[in-house]
Amino acid sequence: MSEKSKDILLDVRHLQVYFPIRRGLMKKIVGHVHAVEDVSFSVRRKEVFALVGESGCGKSTTGSAILRLIEPTGGQVYFNGDDLSALSEEEMRLKRRDMQFIFQNPYSSLNPRMNVWKLLSEPLKVHFQLPPEELRARVENMLQLIGMTPDQLERYPHQFSGGQKQRISIARALITHPSFVVADEPVSALDVSIQAQILNLMMELQQEMELSLIFISHDLNVVRHISNSVGVMYLGSIMEMGDTEEVYRHPAHPYTQALLSAVPSHDPTHKQRHIVLEGDVPNPAAPPSGCPFHTRCGRCTGECKERKPELKEIAPNHYAACHHAGEA
Amino acid sequence: MENLLEIKNLKITTLRGKNTVRLLDKVDLNVKKKCSFGVVGESGCGKSITANAILGLLPYPLRVSEGSIRYDSKDGERELLRLNKKEMRQVRGQEISMIFQEPMTSLDPIFTVEMQMFEALSFHHPHMGKAEMRERALEMLRRVNIPRPEQTLSSYAHQLSGGQLQRIMIAIALINDPRLLLADEPTTALDVTIQAQILKLMNDLKEQNDTSIIMITHDLGVIAETCEEVAVFYAGQIVEQASVVELFSHTAHPYTLGLLRAVTSLGGESRKLYTIPGIVPPGGQWSQGCRFADRCEKCMDRCRREMPGLTEAAPGHLCRCFLHSGEVEA
Repeated sequence: MSEKSKDILLDVRHLQVYFPIRRGLMKKIVGHVHAVEDVSFSVRRKEVFALVGESGCGKSTTGSAILRLIEPTGGQVYFNGDDLSALSEEEMRLKRRDMQFIFQNPYSSLNPRMNVWKLLSEPLKVHFQLPPEELRARVENMLQLIGMTPDQLERYPHQFSGGQKQRISIARALITHPSFVVADEPVSALDVSIQAQILNLMMELQQEMELSLIFISHDLNVVRHISNSVGVMYLGSIMEMGDTEEVYRHPAHPYTQALLSAVPSHDPTHKQRHIVLEGDVPNPAAPPSGCPFHTRCGRCTGECKERKPELKEIAPNHYAACHHAGEA
Repeated sequence: MENLLEIKNLKITTLRGKNTVRLLDKVDLNVKKKCSFGVVGESGCGKSITANAILGLLPYPLRVSEGSIRYDSKDGERELLRLNKKEMRQVRGQEISMIFQEPMTSLDPIFTVEMQMFEALSFHHPHMGKAEMRERALEMLRRVNIPRPEQTLSSYAHQLSGGQLQRIMIAIALINDPRLLLADEPTTALDVTIQAQILKLMNDLKEQNDTSIIMITHDLGVIAETCEEVAVFYAGQIVEQASVVELFSHTAHPYTLGLLRAVTSLGGESRKLYTIPGIVPPGGQWSQGCRFADRCEKCMDRCRREMPGLTEAAPGHLCRCFLHSGEVEA
């Protein structure tokens, strides 16, 4: 193994997720929703990789398919060199000790009938046989890490605010000490002032526990702040990928450019010019031919309608899937 | 009347068991004609119930316990809180319209877009014919940039995307040429590229129709882009109010400063984000003094004892903070 590939914790190759559309009495399959189409990327150890895009672009499906919460239709996911798609259900369940998921909505992802103690000790009971004292010690230790106190162990989710609930979700995911976590929009259900608290907590824990993180979000400011690398998704494909700062400073793909320019600025005296995209995202059950973005792109040419552009390296560690990337 | 809408001393309460709980406290708001007025705050601070109170849409057990809402209607000045149900229905849609946060749930799933647009029209124009209504509906859809308006008219809500639905909501809200549009988080459920389309559309329509807009949002970026005047709500009160440029360039209240720092430190040099400690105190748990005192970096003894008034920090710039009331030497 070379030095570089040793550093890679997760390698996603040609991941594909299609959902069948069934119609009629016999539930005949009449088509497929192309949720994720040939997505490849890799995540290094201790790296935060962000997947960013608008709703329906397949970013959450990609996250779920990596952990096989949704079975991928094609492609491979290598974790620590092991092909996850070749594992049985039971083997995969054991693997999840090391790979966890943080859900978007803490209001619905915590069981309302379990108190904090049950919520936090359950993952440990499933994955480890621990003596009671150690179980207690680990739960209390985790509570401290997320800034809560042991006297809150007996409380139920409805007794906490949204921010505290998300802290509990994070604790539940991290209590087995995974090396890899998928966080699916962990702060988008929270208010601005609470969002910052949770983001700080996640960054602290990521450093402290040396986590690799896939951070899924539609919020471009948050992604810029938290991630080292970013993949911009549109209609199931990665359009642009690279070091976060590089992609934000020199966006090469017309979609990334439009996306970045659409973020409202906080300075009323300096109104930036928006690139306002026409129309809507095409139907993923009938994706357009060629480049998925060509129906809304201002730089579309005949080639774009026919041939789907591959991700190509346009600068060191900066990839874009556009026939015109790099042109003036 | 000089202003289009004047809210004075508005108080809203709810019942929790047998106790009356205050949700909104002595809010004064003036919206000028042809103005876009922003209301910004976090969840539970009272911004949405203020809008609902204007149109008499407060759900039981919420009610207006005090105050007045005067509106300069097409046929003279009216006190909206004194209207009966029938009079209020004449105001809704015709004088004041509202668009809601979730376009996916605000249209009725079992009626076509056409039927819902006709309903809004025929209610205020009972003698309008089918052909004329159809003409008007198509014109509105074209104005909100709906592609293929004829086809859209016969569609149901589930056949359309979120951005299209929000355009249709705007088209329905504007179909009777109201003079005031209440927009309650109109783009929160939408993606950024669609948000940019909708905000541009609302700005264009405001210019064309001389409609005033009250834009309710938690996103300071949306305010900076679209509004002329802003009021910042915190725990059922206005804590700061000024023109947009003034508010963003000479932010006075520690809460507004904190909100701005929390969002603008994103992408900044430091990895650590600025945070406001603690949470917004919910209704019923408000202290006697300044409601932001427990989370404020600059909290003084006095702040816990007395409530600061909304005073002028600079001409036209109101702020509820002892630091800016002119009484304290810093």
